[in-house]
Amino acid sequence: MRLDTVLRVAAKFVLPLMLLFALYVQFHGDYGPGGGFQAGVIAAASIILYALIYGLPAALRMVPTGVVETMVPLGVLIFATVGVVGMLTGGNFLFYSHLAHDQIHGQEWGVFLVEIGVFVTVFSTMLAIFYAFVGRASR
Amino acid sequence: MLTLLAAVTIGIVRARDLISVVVLLGAYSFLMASVMIVLDAVDVAMTEAAVGAGVSTVLMLGALYLTKTEEAKPVHSVLLPLFAAGATAAILIWATAEMPLFGAADVPVVLAGPDYIARSVPETGIANVVTSVLASYRGFDTLGEVVVVFTAGIGVLALLKRSSSGGPDDNAKV
Repeated sequence: MRLDTVLRVAAKFVLPLMLLFALYVQFHGDYGPGGGFQAGVIAAASIILYALIYGLPAALRMVPTGVVETMVPLGVLIFATVGVVGMLTGGNFLFYSHLAHDQIHGQEWGVFLVEIGVFVTVFSTMLAIFYAFVGRASR
Repeated sequence: MLTLLAAVTIGIVRARDLISVVVLLGAYSFLMASVMIVLDAVDVAMTEAAVGAGVSTVLMLGALYLTKTEEAKPVHSVLLPLFAAGATAAILIWATAEMPLFGAADVPVVLAGPDYIARSVPETGIANVVTSVLASYRGFDTLGEVVVVFTAGIGVLALLKRSSSGGPDDNAKV
């Protein structure tokens, strides 16, 4: 009998809640505490927990290294692109007010997209560092 | 809670087994997160709990797995490190003398706060002022932070990936 049955079953209960909480923190950041950075860290922590309990290959099947290493610069690109679009629509760099038909909606869209950029980079950087460490250890 | 923090810090300094140091650092991060909640900084507390206690503990344990877990005996005299630490502490304490008093009314951080609180909802429609300041009013700073995280990530990848895969540098020595 495997000795880590308790861990595996408990992780199955906790992991969906962690990922859901990460999404809540991400998309509810306008009204509650949190934002892209916190959500990215929580999501990365849940993947790391999955890797610790079910092994690195299982985690790599879910989030492959190639995806992670593409996401690291992608988040910065999303953030910077939103800034440049702000310039193209007739404002300064990172000026969101013209992104939609009125100022409030433009700001909300800008903040929403920028937070996604933050999430993508933070999530993938945490995972990339973890993969780099554990990949060496298991060699 | 600050007393507990001090106790954990003394434990970290006195411990010689690096695994217990890592575990104590995790405990320190959770205590620090509790301090942040007491100070009503929930965002910082979330980050501290997730990064400080969660992810960095795992990374430190991963690093320990690659090295020895016992702290090495010092080979040099302790005088020079002691002097460096003392000098740094003196500079930091000297620098705090220029800081405004805690809770003083005429410092920029207090003066700008009500302005942002008043402007956030009418200008951006975002009720959480922390988010609107971070992502909109101070968006450029946040972009800089994301670039810092990005740089840290590619730095670690550049260091660890190359030396583990046996790149051209390893072959040049042979």
